Amino acid sequence: MFKKILIANRGEIALRIIRTCKEMNIKTVAVFSTADRESLHVRFADEAVCIGPPRSADSYLSMKNLLSAAEITNADAIHPGYGFLSENAQFSEVCREYGIKFIGPSPEAIRAMGDKATAKETMRKAGVPVVPGSDGLLESLEQAKGVAVEIGYPVIIKATAGGGGKGMRVIWKEEELEDAMDSARREAAASFGNDGLYMEKFIEEPRHIEIQIVGDQYGKACHLSERDCSIQRRHQKLIEESPSPFMTDELRQKMGEAAIQGAIAVGYEGAGTIEFLVDKYRNFYFMEMNTRIQVEHPVTEEVINYDLIKEQIKVAAGIPISGKNYFPKMHAIECRVNAEDVYQDFRPSPGRITTLHLPGGHGVRVDTHIYSGYTIPPYYDSMIAKVISVAQTREEAIATMERALSEFVVEGVKTTIPFHLKMLQDENFRAGTFNTQYLNTWTMPE
Amino acid sequence: MDIKEIQDLIRFVAKSGVTEVELEKEGFKLVIKASGTVQNSGHATPAVVMPTPIAYAPATVAPTAMAPAAVHVSSSPTPPSAPSAPAQAPVPSSGSLLKSPMIGTFYRSSGPDKDPFVKVGDRVEKGQVICIVEAMKLFNEIEAEQSGTITKVLVENSTPVEYDQPLFEIDPS
Repeated sequence: MFKKILIANRGEIALRIIRTCKEMNIKTVAVFSTADRESLHVRFADEAVCIGPPRSADSYLSMKNLLSAAEITNADAIHPGYGFLSENAQFSEVCREYGIKFIGPSPEAIRAMGDKATAKETMRKAGVPVVPGSDGLLESLEQAKGVAVEIGYPVIIKATAGGGGKGMRVIWKEEELEDAMDSARREAAASFGNDGLYMEKFIEEPRHIEIQIVGDQYGKACHLSERDCSIQRRHQKLIEESPSPFMTDELRQKMGEAAIQGAIAVGYEGAGTIEFLVDKYRNFYFMEMNTRIQVEHPVTEEVINYDLIKEQIKVAAGIPISGKNYFPKMHAIECRVNAEDVYQDFRPSPGRITTLHLPGGHGVRVDTHIYSGYTIPPYYDSMIAKVISVAQTREEAIATMERALSEFVVEGVKTTIPFHLKMLQDENFRAGTFNTQYLNTWTMPE
Repeated sequence: MDIKEIQDLIRFVAKSGVTEVELEKEGFKLVIKASGTVQNSGHATPAVVMPTPIAYAPATVAPTAMAPAAVHVSSSPTPPSAPSAPAQAPVPSSGSLLKSPMIGTFYRSSGPDKDPFVKVGDRVEKGQVICIVEAMKLFNEIEAEQSGTITKVLVENSTPVEYDQPLFEIDPS
């Protein structure tokens, strides 16, 4: 087992990792930029070293500084957390070269899943359902018609160089195809200088349902069931829950199996998540794999009663997994609280927290690095706390979350707590009849 | 140094939050280290560590005021200190600090048998190489950010330093 782990991260996840290390009697090294000198993870670690100025590129993203810090503190492993370098294949590789254990997958596995096209192909070969689509770019109208018939309408055409919804058109009937392709090409050329288009099946009423997996160093993998993360704003998750209100035992079994196949196909070591899109008919399609621990991991931890960080460390230390799968025993919801002003289009609101009272009580977990008097630096992401409620039923988990959020006092900065309180009251949320498109048409009531 | 002066020093260490005091005088060396993890309380009970006692002349030497030959005081932030407690001088009364622009291991010269780049009393020009900080087997020459005279060397050769850690005290005049 490792003697000392360096946490190459900051904020609440750094604290999360330090907590598990303490329970496992592993010494911890915190790294911090000058902007994070007063941060909680610095105070809770056994040792702390300053690795650079506030800019992430010069501190938390600097492989040189992180490895140097590990070298001078004699750390034998590095936990990358999420974000930053956690999915950087090169970082996994240099750790390996320098003989420091990277707590996560191999550079090969990260690379295999990092490129969208490669990942899709790898999953398809492993028997994981992928979103049906054209093989490369659309050459002509005739070819496009053929692909669409093969996939089945409705289809969506997307710009290959694209993003942000530009150069995208949904087509319901063949008669619409020609005009849609022409206008998409024009928009793509104008937005990206590249009018290349490809086609995919359009997933109707898509839900974002992801499966947590763990793989060990011996080729075994298991799943820990799903999280529903469909409540998203501009592709940022705001609320996650497990089990998914849309899930059935049969669907869970199929998705779990597919996720395990995917993990084994890339020789995945560590904790990871396979994200799927699930349509209204309960067909599921591989979207992407996150080769790291995720922000919303506490949701799974609470419904299964499992420490996922401990599992990551054990797997990295060479301990094999049992291969057992895990199923939710409770219902949990997580709200990501950000320092943003919901009445000003979620504009970030950094600053000093003058008063803080965290929620507590039965069924409430709060993962946070903030404290009264803490100044939220403007250089990093705006998430300041995760509130997780756990109960026996979804209704009770919602009630507990509402109660907890109404106790959560933060003064000095604006937070997204008002948004969460409104969403928890929303009839579609309560009925479980929402998908990833829901927040596009939802507005914050006054 | 008599027992009363040692007791006073121990009390000073306990109250000040300082973690380590090393005192060297002619024929005498005393090291006091605060022990245990201290979180948010200034009350460390220091363990007095006296290394192999050097014969010292007690009563015949008139107890002097506390003006020892060389004192290195390490202070740490409230939680446990940085690795190997690299010595950080308290803010000096005059002069500027030259700080490390990176994390790594500090070397005073370009090789084990080479002369140090700079010594106390040397005049340095802005841009002049004053030390090396090594990271990942790469030896980075560190240049002075300003001109002046070196008044103190704050870090021992071959010890780890972190970003922004003061390395030299310099008199910019």
